[in-house]
Amino acid sequence: MDIKDIIKPENLVYRRTPLLTDKPLSYCPGCGHGTIHRIIMEVIEEMNIQDKTIGIAPVGCSVLAYEFMDIDMQQAAHGRATALATAIKRLLPDRFVFTYQGDGDLAAIGTAETIHACNRGENFIIFFVNNGIYGMTGGQMAPTTLPGMKASTCPFGRDTKIMGNPLKITELVAQLPGTYYVTRQAVHTPNAVRKAKKAVRNAFEYSKLNKGLCFIEFVSNCNSGWKMNAVQANKWMEENMFPFYPLGDIKVPQPEKV
Amino acid sequence: MGELRLMKGNEAFAEACIRAGVDAYFGYPITPQSEVIEYLMAAKPYETTGMVVLQAESEIASINMCYGAAGAGFLPATSSSSPGISLKMEGISYMAGAELPLIILNVVRGGPGLGDIQPAQSDYFQATKGGGHGDYRLYVLAPSSVQEMSDFVLIAKEIAFKYRNPVMILSDGVIGQMMEKVELFDPIPRRTIEEVEKQCPWATTGKKPNRQRNIITSLDLDPYRQEKHVLKLYEKYKRMEQEDVRYEEIQVSDAEYLLVAYGSSARICQKTVDLARVEGIKLGLLRAITLFPFPGKRIAELAKQVKGILAVEMSTGQLVEDVKLSVNCSVPVYHFGRTGGVIHTPTEVLDAVKNLLMK
Repeated sequence: MDIKDIIKPENLVYRRTPLLTDKPLSYCPGCGHGTIHRIIMEVIEEMNIQDKTIGIAPVGCSVLAYEFMDIDMQQAAHGRATALATAIKRLLPDRFVFTYQGDGDLAAIGTAETIHACNRGENFIIFFVNNGIYGMTGGQMAPTTLPGMKASTCPFGRDTKIMGNPLKITELVAQLPGTYYVTRQAVHTPNAVRKAKKAVRNAFEYSKLNKGLCFIEFVSNCNSGWKMNAVQANKWMEENMFPFYPLGDIKVPQPEKV
Repeated sequence: MGELRLMKGNEAFAEACIRAGVDAYFGYPITPQSEVIEYLMAAKPYETTGMVVLQAESEIASINMCYGAAGAGFLPATSSSSPGISLKMEGISYMAGAELPLIILNVVRGGPGLGDIQPAQSDYFQATKGGGHGDYRLYVLAPSSVQEMSDFVLIAKEIAFKYRNPVMILSDGVIGQMMEKVELFDPIPRRTIEEVEKQCPWATTGKKPNRQRNIITSLDLDPYRQEKHVLKLYEKYKRMEQEDVRYEEIQVSDAEYLLVAYGSSARICQKTVDLARVEGIKLGLLRAITLFPFPGKRIAELAKQVKGILAVEMSTGQLVEDVKLSVNCSVPVYHFGRTGGVIHTPTEVLDAVKNLLMK
């Protein structure tokens, strides 16, 4: 059998979505960002909404997200992505708008913008990637760094008496009346990727209803910042991050009362 | 003749934003400019023109909402007073870097810090020398009447798109709070989304199959490309100096002494010129209308005619530095002004003319 006999549309089981550009990803090997980028772009492709979607890139590892996603995008100042998204969605209410933010951006410097956008019930989507560390600046403590976890600004482990506690911002925003769908996902196994992608699809579908903000946290790894290889990092994430940041839906839309 | 109304300066600015077809206003209350958002919320333009009006959680959020709106091709406006403008400066720098149109009103109050809530002109440096980080300039208009709080919105709109650059209307507590008769211009409809996309093909309105994706960013990690970008911005500022300097001259044709002032200080100086003329002192006034680009060329020309120049401003001396740079030591240049929220009187200015200029 010749290779040409195998390369046929009916035999295609996986392909890279054309909504990811040809630019090589700037993320470290083993990092979850690439997979999260991919499932978001796959959903946009499947829903055929490339011409109606506007994304906001943050400051942090994914500051250059606009180089990899083939959609119209804006790059925000540190922590302010949801302010940009608020204006864009209000001026272009028929568009799909999302922000893509890390833990430092969303849960430290941008906490006010995050909480108020959620509380106003803005009709866009927040994708929140939580790896418990500042990746881009070289592994400093994040608002989500676990107690006892080491980072370059807590080299002996996070001492909550001195450095305060990690912030479960996802549980916090779920309490607000303006959020419509809040869930926590991961992308470290094929099964988790499938579930996460379903959540992304849900968020875009719910976004059409204009009933409030959809918030997806991805608990992710940072093997470089955690000083581990990718396999160790995923194992460490399962053993340490997931107990503190349990996966699953936190707020799901209730069926309308008849 | 347009519609006549008696209005506060802040209200005139708000009404002018609606009439100019501004697409969105994002603000946060601070004295002495809260009438802007109060007026807009009461006028409900979102029910008529579709203009978005939103009270944000902070000045920082409001300027970044402006960034998002402008990046999508819309013309946003915001307003604040000195401490709030400082908070907005990060966002303004990003907007200058990303080349986005914006109208910013600063109703200046006494500083530094929380200062007070009385009128001042102590934000001149911040407005004209950049204010935020990086190599950039704002186009800065200085109204000296309630009428100009309305009229300058139209100039700001034109300039903001002409150069794809933020425009600041540098007012103060006097102009913002006082009531005067205003002739309002006729309303201009907001652009449709098709018109927005035509005028701003760079805007993030959603990637159509017939074009590349649009990206709004101020980031370029390659220093050589970033240098090229900064030099492109610099060329815009040079062009502003060639094409869009604005000023007004009052009794300068025979002047032996010259006042240079802007905003409410220029109103006060007009009275000083009248008082001086009664006493036979040949005093004139150059009122700077654009503070950047600065009317330095014209001041240098007038320096050949006068014996001395007095820069009058409600600060300890900021405008005076630009006047000195313009005349390059060809005539003596002095400064006079009260500060911290205190307003000088026309006679105080006249005394300064006699004691400093004519000594």
